[in-house]
Amino acid sequence: MTAYLLKRLVSLPLTLVGVSVVTFLFVRLIPGDAITARLGTSTVLSPEQLSRMRAFFGLDQPLHVQYLAWLGSIVRGDAGYSVRSGQPVTVEIAGRLPVTLELALAAAIVALALGIPLGLISALRPSTVPDLFARGFGLLGLALPNFWLGTLLILFFARYLHWMPNTGGYVDLLADPAANLRFLIFPALTLGIAMAAVVMRTTRSAMLDVLGTDYIRTAHAKGLPARSVVERHALKNGMIVVITILGIQVGYLLGGAVVVEEVFAVPGLGRLLLNAISQRDYAVVQGGVLVIATLFVFANTIVDVLYGFIDPRIRFT
Amino acid sequence: MASSTREYVSPRRLLENKAAVIGLAIVAVYVFLAIGADWLPLRNPVQIVPANRLAGPSWSLPLGGDSFGRDLLSRIVYGARLSLQVSASSVSIALVAGTGLGLLAGYAGGWVDQGIMRAMDVLFAFPAVLLALGIVAALGPDPKNVIIAIGVVYTPIFARVVRAPVLALKEREFVDAARGLGARASRIIVRHILPNLLSVLVVQVSIALSWAVLTEASLSFLGLSAQPPAASWGVMLNDGRQSVELAPHLAIFPGLAIMLAVLGFNLLGDGLRDVLDPRLRR
Repeated sequence: MTAYLLKRLVSLPLTLVGVSVVTFLFVRLIPGDAITARLGTSTVLSPEQLSRMRAFFGLDQPLHVQYLAWLGSIVRGDAGYSVRSGQPVTVEIAGRLPVTLELALAAAIVALALGIPLGLISALRPSTVPDLFARGFGLLGLALPNFWLGTLLILFFARYLHWMPNTGGYVDLLADPAANLRFLIFPALTLGIAMAAVVMRTTRSAMLDVLGTDYIRTAHAKGLPARSVVERHALKNGMIVVITILGIQVGYLLGGAVVVEEVFAVPGLGRLLLNAISQRDYAVVQGGVLVIATLFVFANTIVDVLYGFIDPRIRFT
Repeated sequence: MASSTREYVSPRRLLENKAAVIGLAIVAVYVFLAIGADWLPLRNPVQIVPANRLAGPSWSLPLGGDSFGRDLLSRIVYGARLSLQVSASSVSIALVAGTGLGLLAGYAGGWVDQGIMRAMDVLFAFPAVLLALGIVAALGPDPKNVIIAIGVVYTPIFARVVRAPVLALKEREFVDAARGLGARASRIIVRHILPNLLSVLVVQVSIALSWAVLTEASLSFLGLSAQPPAASWGVMLNDGRQSVELAPHLAIFPGLAIMLAVLGFNLLGDGLRDVLDPRLRR
C-alpha cells in the first residue's frame, strides 16, 4: 500500500506542474500578445510604447523565464490583479469558489441519489418496466444538453409554476439555508442529471457483472435470502466501479458548472471565468482555470487512493 | 496478414442491433439535412421577416419564427450543417493526432511512451469543457477555433484508447513474423497493427462525435463559437432563452435538435460497441 500511495503522491506534483504549464500557455497562445489583445483596436500605441509595456509586464523575456516568474508568483499566492475590478485575482476567486463547490456537491448528491437506485433496479429486475425506464433515463440523461434542461426548468418551474425565482441567483447558505436550497435545487438538478445517467449505467453494468459471478451463485445456493445476497455481497463489489468514475465526474461537474451557473445566474467561479473571458481579463482566466484544474487533479488523486484502499487488487497492478 | 477484429465489422450484424439501427437512422437524417440543406425547400436562414417575429408553429412556418422573424426550421437545418462540420472536423483532428501518438507511444515504448503519455495525462487533468473554454478564450470565439479546441481536448482520449491494444498487439506472433521478415516499423504499424484497431476506433469516433456536438453547442451557447446571425443551435437556444415566456418553441426546438443528434451518436456508439466488442455488451 505504501508503494502505491507513494506512486500516486509523486505523480501529483508532476501533473500539477504540467497543468501550470498549459494554463500559462493559454494566454501566450493569444495571437499577437496579451497586451495588444487587451487593448483591442480602439487604443493605438506606438511601437516604442508597446515595447515599453511588454518590458514592463516581462513579455520581452524568454518563455521559460516568463513561466518561472509567473509560477513563482502563483506559489506565493499572487495571481495578479483583475483588470475589470482592480481586485487581486485570489480575492475574486476565493469569493466565488465556495458557491461552485456547493453547486458541484449538491449536483453530486442528486446524481448519486438518482443514479445508484436506478442502476440497481435496472440490474436486479431486467426486462421489466422499471428497467426500461431506468435504461431510458440512462440514454436521455446523457443526451440532454444541461443548458437546455436548465432553460426548460426555468420555463416550467419559475415562469409557469412559480416554484423558483424567475431570474435565478444565489443566497449564501449561512445567511438563509432555506433560500439557499430554493435557489440551488434546480441548478443542482440540471448539473446532476447527466452524471446520474453515467452513475446509473455504471451501477447497472457493474451489478450485472457481479451478479453473474461464482460467489454470488454460491451465496444463493447456500440459501441466503436474495436481499441479503445483494446487500451483503453484491453491492460492496459493485460499488467499487462506481467509485472509480466519481473522480472523472468531478471534472464534468466543475466544467459543467460554468454553463449551469450562466443559465441560472449563480455567481460562482464558472460565471466569473466567463465574464473574464468576455472582458479579456486574462489574469482571472488563468487563475480560474488553474484553480479548477488543480481541484480536479486532487479529486482524482483522492479517488485513486481511496480505490486502492477499497480494492487491494489495484495496489498491485 | 490476418487481423483478429476485422471479421466482426459486418453490416448485417450491425443491422441486427436495434440501438445501432436507430442511432444510424438518426445520424443519417442529420447528415442528409446537413449536406442537402441548400437543395431543400427552405427559407434563407438569416432572412429577417418582421411579420413572423416570435410566430408560433404553423403550416407556413412548421417550427415558428424567431425573435427576428427568421424561419426556425431553416435555421435548425443549417445549424445541423455547422454542428456536424465542427464535430466531424474536430473529431478528425483528435482521431489522427491521438491515433498517431497512441501508436507511437505503444509501439516505441520506453521514454517515447513515457513522454507522450505524461503529456496526455496533463491534458486529461483539465475538465474537458474547461480546456476547450480556455483554448477558445485564447484563440478567440470562432467555429474554427472551436474545432482546434475540441480536437485538442479529445486527442488524449484517442491516444489512450489506441495505446493499450498496441502494447498487446506488438507482442503478437503476426507482428513478430512481420518483424522477422524484415518489415520496417512504419509498415508493421500501418499494415498490421492499425487494421486491428479499427473496431476500437469506430466505436470511439461515434462516442466522440456525440461529445463534440454537445461541446460545440455549449460553447456556442456561451457565445464562444459561431456569432449571430449564424445559424448555430447553441446561439439559437441562447437567443430563445431571452423570449422563452412569449415563445417557448424558440427554446424547445433547438434543444431537441441537439438532444436528438447526441442521442443518435450515443445509440450508434453503444450499438457498434455491442457488435464489435461483445465482451463490453450491456
